[in-house]
Formats: sequence, C-alpha cells, structure tokens
Amino acid sequence: MPSAGVLPEARPRYSGWMLFALAVAALVLVPVVVTVSSFADVEGDILAHLTEFVLPELVGNTLWLVIGVAIGVSVLGVSLAWLAAMCDFPGRRVFEWALLLPMALPAYVTAFVAIGLLDFTGPLQTWLREDWGLTSLPEIRSRGGVILVMSLALYPYVYLIAKNAFSTQGAIALEAAQSLGLSRTQGFFRVALPMARPWIAAGLMLALMETLGDFGTMAIFNYDTFTTAIYKAWYSLFSLAAAAQLASILILFVLVAVVFEQRSRTRMRYGAVGRSAASRRIRLSRALAGLALLYAGMVLGAAFIIPVIQLALWTRDVVANDLDARYWAFARHSVLLAGIGALMVVTVALLLVYAGRQRPGSAMVWTQRLATLGYAFPGTVLAVGLFIPVAWLDNWLIDIGHTGFGFEGSELLKGTLLVMLLAYLVRFLAVGFGPIDSGLHRITRNIDEAARSLGSGTPGLLTRVHLPLLRTSLLTGATLAFVDILKEMPITLMTRPFGWDTLAVRVFEMTSEGEWERAALPSLAIVMAGIIPVILLTWRGDHSHG
Amino acid sequence: MKRTLTRLLAVLAFTAAALPASAEEVVVYSARNEQLIKPLFDAYTRDTGVRIKFITDKEGPLMARLKAEGRNTLGDMLLTVDAGNLWEASEEGLLRPITSKVLEANVPAHLRDPDHEWFGLSVRARTIVYNTGRVKPAELSTYEDLASPKWKGRLCLRTSKKVYNQSLVAMMITEYGEGKTEDMVRGWVGNLATSPFPDDTSAMEAVAAGQCDVTLVNTYYFGRLMRKKPGLRLAIFWPNQNLNNKASGVHVNVSGAGVTRHARNPAGAQKLIEWLSSGKAQNLFADVNLEYPVNPKVAPDKTVAAWGSYRQNLINVKEAGRLQAKAVKLMDRAGYK
Repeated sequence: MPSAGVLPEARPRYSGWMLFALAVAALVLVPVVVTVSSFADVEGDILAHLTEFVLPELVGNTLWLVIGVAIGVSVLGVSLAWLAAMCDFPGRRVFEWALLLPMALPAYVTAFVAIGLLDFTGPLQTWLREDWGLTSLPEIRSRGGVILVMSLALYPYVYLIAKNAFSTQGAIALEAAQSLGLSRTQGFFRVALPMARPWIAAGLMLALMETLGDFGTMAIFNYDTFTTAIYKAWYSLFSLAAAAQLASILILFVLVAVVFEQRSRTRMRYGAVGRSAASRRIRLSRALAGLALLYAGMVLGAAFIIPVIQLALWTRDVVANDLDARYWAFARHSVLLAGIGALMVVTVALLLVYAGRQRPGSAMVWTQRLATLGYAFPGTVLAVGLFIPVAWLDNWLIDIGHTGFGFEGSELLKGTLLVMLLAYLVRFLAVGFGPIDSGLHRITRNIDEAARSLGSGTPGLLTRVHLPLLRTSLLTGATLAFVDILKEMPITLMTRPFGWDTLAVRVFEMTSEGEWERAALPSLAIVMAGIIPVILLTWRGDHSHG
Repeated sequence: MKRTLTRLLAVLAFTAAALPASAEEVVVYSARNEQLIKPLFDAYTRDTGVRIKFITDKEGPLMARLKAEGRNTLGDMLLTVDAGNLWEASEEGLLRPITSKVLEANVPAHLRDPDHEWFGLSVRARTIVYNTGRVKPAELSTYEDLASPKWKGRLCLRTSKKVYNQSLVAMMITEYGEGKTEDMVRGWVGNLATSPFPDDTSAMEAVAAGQCDVTLVNTYYFGRLMRKKPGLRLAIFWPNQNLNNKASGVHVNVSGAGVTRHARNPAGAQKLIEWLSSGKAQNLFADVNLEYPVNPKVAPDKTVAAWGSYRQNLINVKEAGRLQAKAVKLMDRAGYK
C-alpha cells in the first residue's frame, strides 16, 4: 500500500510484475471496451425514453437495493462469523461450515422458493387466511422481500472472509482491548471489528457486485434495477447499443464505489497477528448460547435448509422422467469446468495480488481494480462483450487460413474450451482476488524483509513464506470461484462448444419456459457439487489451525 | 512471432482438415428449449440420416452470436419462440429468403414473413383465463374490456417485460392506434389486484386462489397447470370473437424458424424446416408443449382440442416485431411494470 514510510525502494528488475498486471487488466477490459464503444452508435430516442420513464425509478431502486443488501449481508455475515470463530455454543462445529452452504444455492432459486412459500397463493398465507381470517399480510414481492432474499443468499461471502479474519486475529484483538480496560462488547466494536475491516469490505464488495449484476432474482421479483433495464433495452427494445451504454454507466458506478473503498482502506494499516487461538473461545452463558444456536439455526434454515427441502420435494416428482445417463456428463462438465476455472482464477489472482506487493503504488492499485471489474457486469452483456472480439479474431485468422493454408473450417478459437475458461477468468477474477488480497495484507512487510535478509529471493519468498500463510485465503478464493462457475449461466450458454452442456445449462432449459419444478433436479445437483469444496475448505481450514 | 503464429495456424488447420468428412449435418441455433426440440431432431435423423447439431441460448445472445460470427457462422438455421425475435433477426440481416412451395402450402400467410425469411411452426394463443367460481363467462368479452372499471381490483397480469405481452400490445397498436391502446393499458394497470407476476403460471395460481378473477396467459401454460392440478377452478375464455363488432380474434404468436444468411448447408436447413411444417413433425413439435400446430391440416393434441376452437387474429405476426419497441415504450408510459 502506498503509505508513507513503508514504500520499498523501486526495484526496476521487477517491472515484469507491472506488465503482468497490465496484461490481466487489458484482458478484462476487452469486454468493457467493446461495451463502451457502443457510444459510437447512440440511439437517441431509446435513451431519451429510458431517461424519462425508466431510469428515475430504477436508480432509486438500485440504490435502496444496494444499501439494504449491504446492511443485510454485513449484519448476518459479521455476526455469524464472530459466533463461529470466537464463541462456543452447541452445534458450533457444524454451523461453522454449514453456514457457508447457501453459497452453493443460486439466489434465484432461493427467491423462487421464498415467493412460492410466502406469497398470497403460498401455504403460509393460505393457512393464515383460511384458518385465522388474517388478510393484508406483508407482501413478499416487494423491495423488502428482494433485500431479504439477496441478503440470505449472499451473506456467505462476508461470513467466509470475515471468519478468516476473526479466527486469526480476533482473540488477540479482544485480549488487547480487555487489557486496556474495555468490555468485551467495546472490544468487539472498537478493536476487533475495525481490524477486520479489509476482510469484511472484500466480502461486501463481492456481494454488492453480484447484486448489481443480478438478473434472475430481480426478474422473479419483477424488481427493476439497472441490470433489468439493460436487458429491457436489449431484448425488448432490440437495442444492444442502448443496453451497452447503460452497462457502461453501471460499470462507472462500480468503479467509483471501488475507488472509495480503496481510498478508505489505504489510510489504514494492518499488522500481523499470530495463529488462531481456538482454545481461547468466548464461553457464552447458557441463555446466550441458546440464543446463538437459535439465530444461526434460523439463518441456515431460511437460507439453505428450507429451499433445499423444497427442491428435494420437487425433484422427487420429476426425477423418474428427467434423470438419465446424460446427467453424469452434465455433472462431469460442470465440475471439470469449475475446477479448471477456479484453478485459473486463483493462480492469476495470486500473481496479481503479488504484483501489488512487489510494485506498490497507485498505478498498480488502479490496474488491479480494473482487472477485477468483470464481476459487476451483467453476465450476458459480458458474454457478448467477450464473444464479439473472439469472433472477430477468429474471422481474421480463418481468412489467413483460407488464403495461406487451404483451411476450410469455420472456427478456430470459438467453440474451444479456452475461450470459455478465459471468459470465466474475466468474470470471476474478483472472487479470487478479494480473499487473497486481504489475506496478504495481514502478512507484514517485516516478514518479507526478514526473509530477504536471510537471502530469500522472490520465488522463495512466495513459495516458502507467503503461500503457506495464504493457504486458507487461496482455498477461500478457489471455493468461491468454483461455486460461482458452477452456477454461471450466460457465459456458459454463449461460449460452450457443441455438446458441452452443464448442470447450469439444464437449469436454463427448464426455467426459460417457467418449468421451475423440473429445474429442481439440476439445481439440486449444483448444490451437491458445490458442497464438495465447501467441506474441503472447512476441513483444510480446521487442519491449518491445528 | 510471426513464424510461431504461422506454425500454430498450420497445425490447427491440419487438425481441422484431418477430421473425417461426416454425413450431412445441419446446425441449429435454438431459443426453444432442448427438451422441446430434441425428440424432433432425433426423429428427423432417424427418417433421413441427416445429423443435427444444436446449441440453445436466449434469442438475444443467439442473434448477437450470429452477427459476430458473420460469414463464418456454423449456424444453418435459427429457431426462436416469438415472431418479434424472428422479425428482428430478419431486420439485422441474419436470415435469407427461401422459396418453398411446401412451406407456403403448410404455413398460413399471416404466420410467416411476407419476405419469405422465416416461417411459423407452432401457434401460441394468448387468451383470458378466469376463476369459474367468481366470474360468469357472460361477463367476459374482449381484451379491451379488461380495462373497464368493472374489473377494478380483479385483474392479474404477467410482467410487461415478457415478450408475449409486448406482442399482444403491439398487435393492438396495429388495430387501434397508439392513443387508444395506451388508454387501454392504463385501464389494465388501474384494475390490477397485485403487482405483475414473473410468469403466467403464478398469475393463474393467483386467480385460482381468489387474489384476482381474470388474467391473460398463453394456453399451454394453462394446459400444463391443469395437468398438474386438475382441481383448480380455472377455465379458458376466447376473447374478441363477436363478428358483429368486427372483432379481431384471439391474439396468436408463433415459434418459428429461418435459414441463416451465411448458412453452410442452406438446402439442408430448408428441408428441415419443411419437414417440421408437415404431418407427423407438426404434432411432435406442438404437442410436446401443448401448442397448436401451425399447419391447418394437422389436428392439435386432444387436451388442446378440448379447449374449443376460436377465431385467430389474422394480422401478420411480423407486426409484433415491427411495433414491439413502440409497445414497450407505451407500457412504460402507462406504468405497466
């Protein structure tokens, strides 16, 4: 970080790091540039219409949504992370990993189940109305409803990253605070929470970027945001240009948010702390422990158990008809793509984070931030933004092939897994970058200097010092990327080679004509595949904390 | 650098050229779901030996893809679920005109492109569904009538973001002009019992539960829901049938197909579309989703036939595409979410 006093002297021999960071950012900027270039083709009447009748409401809508989800995921994520990492209550060991599970459940599934159960026609309202005569109950298809569902679906991003922070530094922070005469509560708010800020902020950014780019959940709630307006301009007004222009504005908003987050972060400095002190967990009184159990249980129930039971019930009705041998192939493709994709994301993210360590400065910070913008893009716009240049390059190469080599095919790059994986990288780099970046923050430069003074070069520093310390962060990033790729639809649909259908493609086939019950089977399969790395992560995490 | 590139290209080109020359193949880009088209394509392959490769996606991305791929596209045929999308594909120059006696005989004139670039293959009727316990059929008459004050608080609608509603409103613009249509849509919005639903099925469930009394849906959703829950007190009403009022008929749309401009196997694609428009294939195409065959000589599925016959609106469905943007803007102005 470019704070005075810690800037190392310039080391020109590492300028390769800057080039690498620029190259990654350039890759991510390709779809952004394609999108922004749409301004060459302004369709005035469509934009005028949107500005007059659509934008005013959706700017407010988007703002409320972002504020609501930010509060929701922070409160849920931080409180649960604190309970899981620092306190002892019955069932804590199970909750510690189980609270991550909602991550494997796409938000639109939670949305569909929530509306199915809680709307006028759902069982709860029907019962209250018919047996108790209660009418005029709060409407689930409302702003509050969207915020609730998005918070339940996305809190794991904050939970996972904040838990890492608390379990490695929470106990020491609290002890230090108590030695200064602060109560436990004061210690939490005045020491532990501020110290965990970069972690919380990293998780929060991911949750908010996903909220901004979300289409599925918003469509189910019929809640108009920037992203739904983008699709409206494209699909309904037949103007990909207007859609791209709106997307550019969205990206600009995200960029501004990122800059603010970055600015406030650079003013703070984070020191290293030792290993976790699981033995020094806070012993809660019986009543408090009971409350903690109730709270964690309710969140898990609403965010995961109830939706999954509903999925299982639906699946039971369709499984005999729909489950065939092809499902093995769908599952294999999903896991393979998510696995390779996650590995790519984590590798590139690690190098990008590392580039920042080697060549700190505001140019680097900007480059890093640009490189992680892909996550806030509405998925389909990003898919098209990537596809257009790939097709263009392909056409160019094919022309050379035709004239020079007698090549007769129609595709070289398109229809290969390479394009698909690169697209995943562009989309999900932020997911790997967030946890790894905040993880590297807590390894002080003193450690680097010590290692260097002992004669360690950069590769040695990375492999022997940083990597072991970053293991949990790397696994966190990989898990997030894996699960996100499993759920991803638009890029998969647009860039998959013939025959490479995945579980998410199955979900698309069923939901696009409203057959939600039949979509339960592939959704449930995605959940099961997503659980694997979540459990692996927890198991490794436990191990590394001894 | 240049040499490496050249070498790489040579390798790639060689690999591609070394692939065995396969049997005839048609590549389909489809916005119609896999489960609705795969049985058909399998049947075609059994009948003719022609292999069919297909990729599914939404219409928007499929068209963007065709456009970006340009003359090197693999797609021979575009299959979509709304005339508006077919019109747009034709507008963007993604399709080519074809002359086919078979298609002209099988597909009624108002359900295909006057410029021969695309052809409807199944018909989807958007009609009124009502709660049989709370509404007498005599109360119902037309789409326009749902805007009258007697339906205040009794109407449920699906979101205006769905193309089916956009097409419906677009067709009304051709009939009544923008001003009158906008008044009507405002009337609908004023009569809503609750905010618009994301799909036809939830709107019908709300009608069945008594949250409202009438809604507008595509008939196959009705068929699907009644198959699952036969006890629901719902029935279909065919609006705009009274010829004395010069009534226009039920709003219909198509799912259909066209041959892509840069198809590598245009003849194969055309044969496939012709096959889809005739006899047995028509039933396979429509019945699997409880839609109506486009070919008037082919009888619909028993379940579908039981809903009774109706008079279609005979305005060419391409108008749904031409006026779609206008319809969307109109609905925005009228506050239809």
